[in-house]
Formats: sequence, C-alpha cells, structure tokens
Amino acid sequence: MKRDIILAGVGGQGIISIASIIGFTALQLGLYMKQSEVHGMSQRGGNVQSNLRISDKEIASDLIPLGKADLIISVEPLESLRYLPGLCKDGWVITSTKPYVNITNYPPIDDILKEIKSLPHHIALEAETIAKAAGSVKAANIVILGAASPFLDMAFEKLENAIRFIFRKKGEEITAINLKALHAGRNFTDQNMAN
Amino acid sequence: MQKLLLLGDEAIAQGALDAGLSGIYAYPGTPSTEITEFVQNSRQAFENKVRCSWSANEKTAMEAALGMSYAGKRVMVCMKHVGLNVAADPFMNSAITGANGGMIVVAADDPSMHSSQNEQDSRFFGKFAMIPILEPANQQEAYDMVHYGFDFSEKYKIPVLMRIPTRLAHSRSGVERNTARKQNDIALPDNLRQYVLLPAYARKRYSHLLKEQVKYEEESENSQFNRYIDGDDKSRGIIVCGIAYNYLLENYPERKVPFPVLKIGQYPLPKKMIERMLSECTELLILEDGYPFVEEMIKGFLSDAGKVKGRLDGTIPRDGELNPNIVAFALGIEETKGLDIPALMVNRPPSLCSCCPHIDSFNAINEVMAPFTKGRVFSDIGCYTLGALHPFETINSCVDMGASITMAKGATDAGLVPSIAVIGDSTFSHSGMTGLLDAVNDKSPVTVFILDNKTTAMTGGQDSPCNGKIEDICKGVGVEEAHIHVIRPLKKYHKENVKIINEELAYKGVSVIIPRRECVVNINKRTREKIKKANNI
Ligand SMILES: Cc1ncc(C[n+]2csc(CCOP(=O)(O)OP(=O)(O)O)c2C)c(N)n1
Ligand code: SF4
Repeated sequence: MKRDIILAGVGGQGIISIASIIGFTALQLGLYMKQSEVHGMSQRGGNVQSNLRISDKEIASDLIPLGKADLIISVEPLESLRYLPGLCKDGWVITSTKPYVNITNYPPIDDILKEIKSLPHHIALEAETIAKAAGSVKAANIVILGAASPFLDMAFEKLENAIRFIFRKKGEEITAINLKALHAGRNFTDQNMAN
Repeated sequence: MQKLLLLGDEAIAQGALDAGLSGIYAYPGTPSTEITEFVQNSRQAFENKVRCSWSANEKTAMEAALGMSYAGKRVMVCMKHVGLNVAADPFMNSAITGANGGMIVVAADDPSMHSSQNEQDSRFFGKFAMIPILEPANQQEAYDMVHYGFDFSEKYKIPVLMRIPTRLAHSRSGVERNTARKQNDIALPDNLRQYVLLPAYARKRYSHLLKEQVKYEEESENSQFNRYIDGDDKSRGIIVCGIAYNYLLENYPERKVPFPVLKIGQYPLPKKMIERMLSECTELLILEDGYPFVEEMIKGFLSDAGKVKGRLDGTIPRDGELNPNIVAFALGIEETKGLDIPALMVNRPPSLCSCCPHIDSFNAINEVMAPFTKGRVFSDIGCYTLGALHPFETINSCVDMGASITMAKGATDAGLVPSIAVIGDSTFSHSGMTGLLDAVNDKSPVTVFILDNKTTAMTGGQDSPCNGKIEDICKGVGVEEAHIHVIRPLKKYHKENVKIINEELAYKGVSVIIPRRECVVNINKRTREKIKKANNI
C-alpha cells in the first residue's frame, strides 16, 4: 500500500489538521509515514503545501517526486491546480470550490472551476456550505477530508476514531460536528461516483 | 521503545533531552525554531530543569552555551544558517578553546531560500573552524547523532556542528527513542587556562586543534554515519551527503543502487573511502544539498575536471534545494512529470494579515515620505519586510538583522537627509541597540521606527527579548526623552501620528518613534491559550 498526497491551500487555512488526522490514522494502522510542513515566511497568506507520504514500506524521500502523487487534496480551488505537475496520471484532485481571494489578480472563479472540471479525476465541492450545514464553517477542511476518504485506502472508521482522538480536548459538541462534516464529505463523493 | 512522530527539529530536541541536556540557547530563526520550542514545551525538560528560554541573539546564545560547557554540562545552541554569521566570533574561537561539557551547535540551512536572505552552507563554517560536522539524512539519524555528538564532544573536548536543511527540519517521521541518561554534574576544565585565549595560550590551543584533525578524520573513517555501500556498476560512484541520500534511494524502488555509494553523515570527510571510490570508479557524482562543498574539495583546483560531476559542471543546478527529480535527471532516469500548471495560474505571495499593526505604520510613513524623492526607508527582517511589496512599497532595504538603523545612519552620513529606519521590536533587541548607540554618538539625523508588536511574529510569535524595555533602552543609549514617542498604529490616530512623525523628521538628531500595538495573530494565540488554561486542558 502506498499513498502520496499533496495537501494544498493558503497559509492559515489549516491543511495541517487534515494531515494530522490522516497521519494519526496511518500510525494506528502501523504504516510508515513522512510529512513535510511549511513554517515561516510563506505562512502569511501565501500558498502553502504539505507532502504527506504513507506506505507499508519504508519511505525514502520527504518530497514526493513529480508525477508520483496519488492525490491532491486542496482547501482552495486555485491552489488545487498549482501542484498538478506532481500528480500521477490516474491521480485524483479533491478540492473546495470556495475561492480565497487575497490577491488583486485572482483569476475569474468560473475559469478556475472549468479547469478543475476538465481534469480526468476530480471531486469539487462547496465544502463551506456543507460544513455550515453540519454545524460550523470551521469544519470545511474535515468535509474535504471526508470527500477524499474513499481514495485513502484506509477504513472510514479509523478516520472517525482519529477525529475523536484529535478533537477529544475540544469537547463532545465539536467532535460531533466534525464527525458529521466527515460523513457529509464522504456522502458527496459517494453520490458523485455513483452518478 | 515507543516510536514518536517528530519533525527533524523535534528529533534533535528529543535526542538532546535523552542524551542528558542541561541547557539550550537560541534565537528564533526558520527553520531552526522548533528545536528550542520543543524543549520549552517538554515535560521531560521541565522536570529536569533544562534551561531553555530565548536569548537576545545568536552571539549571546553561543557564548552562554560556551559557559555552560565550561561548567561541565551538556549544552545545545541552535540557529538558522545566517544566525551563525552573527555568532561567528564565539563559534570560531570555541574551536580554539574547545569544550568541556558536550556542546553541539545546530545550524539549520535553507537551500532554495524558503524563508531566508541567502542559502549559505554552514558546512563551510564547520570546516573554517576545523571542528567535526554531523549531517543527518533523516529524523532517526538526527535523533541518534545528538547522543553521538555529545559523546564525541566530550571525548575530544571540542564543540560539534550539526547541519540540517529545511526539508529535514520541517518534515515529520517516526523516531525510535533511546533510554534517557542523566545530566552531567558541574565539573570545571582540568586546565583553567583552556579558555584564556591570550596569544601565548591561544597558539598552544591552536596547534592542539591542528593535531586533533587526524583523530577526527579517523573517527570519520570508522563512523556509523559514513558508509561505503559497494555496487557492481563501477562506471559511476556516488558520494551522497545528508538528506540527498533519500533522494537517491527514492529513484530505486527496490532501494538497490547499482553503483557504489558513499553515504556521508560526518565530517571531516573520510579520505580513504573517497580515495577508494576515486580509484575504483570511472566517474564520480556528488549529491549534496547546499553549496558544492564536497565537490570543490574533491575536485580541487587543478584536478581532472571531467571525472567529478555535480553542481560545478551543471549536472546538478548550481543553486537551490535538491529533490528526487533533480537526482533522477543527473542519473539519466526518465522524467515523471504530471500535467502542466494551467495558464491562468498566478502567484500568491505572502502578505500582512488584515488588521496588522504594521499596515497603519506603513500608511503613516508613506504619507510623511511622499514629499521626498523615493528610496530613503531602510528596513530590516520580520513581518514588516512585506512592506516592500504592493500595495505599500514603503521600504527599500532588508539585509541582515539590525542593518536598518546603521544603513540609515550611513546614508545620512553621505548626505541623504532625511533617511529613516524601520525595525521590529525583536530585531531591535537582537542587533538594533548597538547601531542606535552609533547614531546617537554621531548625532545622526535619523528617525528610527521601532515597530513594537510585542512579539517576534515572523518566526511564530516568540517572546521579544526587549518587551517592556524599549523606551528605557533608547533613553539609556542616549536618545533624548523629548524625541522618543510612542504612537498607536490605528486608523483613527493616523492624522495625529503623521504630525508627530513630521516633527521628528525635521529634527536634526536621533529620534525614535515606537508604533505600539500587539500582533493580531499573537492576540489570538494568547486568547486560545487562556481558554485552554481556564478549561484546564
Ligand atoms: C541572524 C538572523 N537570525 C534570525 C533570523 C530570523 N528572523 C527573521 S525576522 C525575525 C524576527 C522578527 O521579529 P520582529 O523584528 O519583532 O518583527 P515582526 O516579525 O514581529 O514584525 C527573525 C527571528 C534572521 N533572518 N537572521
Ligand atoms: S503575524 Fe502579526 S505582525 Fe505578522 S503580519 Fe500578521 S498581524 Fe502582522
């Protein structure tokens, strides 16, 4: 088993919490993992990415070679396209469609969505709207994680357990919202794939 | 023992704690910051009373570490690569004094300049000082090397340099721990003249250092961190340093490289191993993250240039970080790129947070400087360096920490009046104070802005060493009280602030303006911590 994942977003959008949930699950399953993070300068509203590598064999490089990532998981539509050279031929892009506009030359969102829709394998969802329905917009990244879950090759219950563990200090209500968000994201992909 | 999921930085910190660390000294700097932060948040460190608060700068950190080593205890000092420039004086001289308690200097390099002014390679400093260097390939080695490094340092009474790149510092992986050992007791050096670098003593110490080189080399030949892995295909031998080893292996899914490989993790270089490779292989490929340090050494000045391949002959790009693809290209392995980036893609540079206090400072500065020709604002390193970018385009320099005040002073000496300096509170305590003294002594007509956001924001919000003391420091240095102003960088005070600044710009001596408002990220962080504490979690 091997999953090389590029997590993408804008500094401050919390892609690291997606990484830690997947990472925690991987460790529970006894898998090897490496995860590179971005600290410092680029955090301030710039584009950020994290390489997350999971495997049942020992992993050599902290960086995923170009064209070898199985998944791009992005919490922002423009950012979902930035790392395409990293994605393998059959790889999937899972992304939120809600733009984060902090630059004056942000391309028209319709053009971005058109690019995403032209990709052979993609899931694009309104994560924030779905998260709001689940109880909090803050859970949008967990919705994205749920939408990516069928491609992770990890039992869904294990991800649920990871959320229970990671959010345990934040109280039952927040845990429940995030679990709901995870399910909602998963449902979106399941329905999408069924169509 | 249990496996921990640690950043390279954290593995070093945990390794130090388990190896009996008594103190860590550092000034924050990406990508080294998380080493010290890990110790600061560690229960183990707390229970064992490990000294761990921030120092004013890398030089004071290095000197304090030298003092703790003098007293016989194990000590670590951490910095980003450019921090070693600041600490270079005590660092170079520590090779002459030697160590007593184990001392490891960690320098975190930043190839590709993810968050730095340059991509200098700290291994040159290690060689310059003639001390051993350790360069881990992964998180586990980083952990293991700390224990080894302290032992080495105590065996040979010499500080050891550990060099890591950003990619290792900020990547997480499983690390297996050793049993923890106790700290050293106080024990002064046998010879109380060891640290007295009077010329007569220093000469003795220096010839001692020169003699020890042979032993360091011998250790390198036999080190567990330098390995010669033979291969059948002798058309090429590969010397691979630190993290580059992972990029090499990544290109061989079965992890079997057909060529002989010399994996380097410890310097001085193991000469015999290299000579073996040179004699057995037709061609040498050198893979190293950073400068062509090993390549230059092997190639020398006159040697057969065709035999050694690397950054100098263009086999590998001359600058920037290595990665598996660059290594693949050098090995002639097929490119694996995915889809192209769509044409609509635009850059998303970092920017100041909305409501950042620096925004109001820049707006005020832009207004008062508007009547003058452009190019008079000397600045420094911190979040406020983003003031160079659109929409502010306020500042005209960012060179090294503290250079704003001194450069502005130099410019006024040249006749560029008015010139102003813009410096952060943490940078001011790091290296701004001494420059301010120079300006006061010369009565230079500079207006100095000390942007006091009450934290070291750029590197993640560490305490600023001069917090609460800035006015007193300025007064102490000799700035007249009437020319020190604290202003509130808020829109509603804009007019008032502009008036104060204009008055001070007209003053023909040193004045200091302190726009004071806490960084908004820091406020949020503090609030979160308060809630956490209140809920007792
Ligand atoms: C010699 C050296 N040490 C450390 C750093 C890393 N560094 C860059 S900016 C900065 C601190 C900035 O703090 P401050 O001056 O208070 O400005 P702020 O980011 O809070 O606006 C640090 C530690 C560096 N670039 N050079
Ligand atoms: S982190 Fe603080 S100082 Fe830096 S840009 Fe944001 S608000 Fe300003």
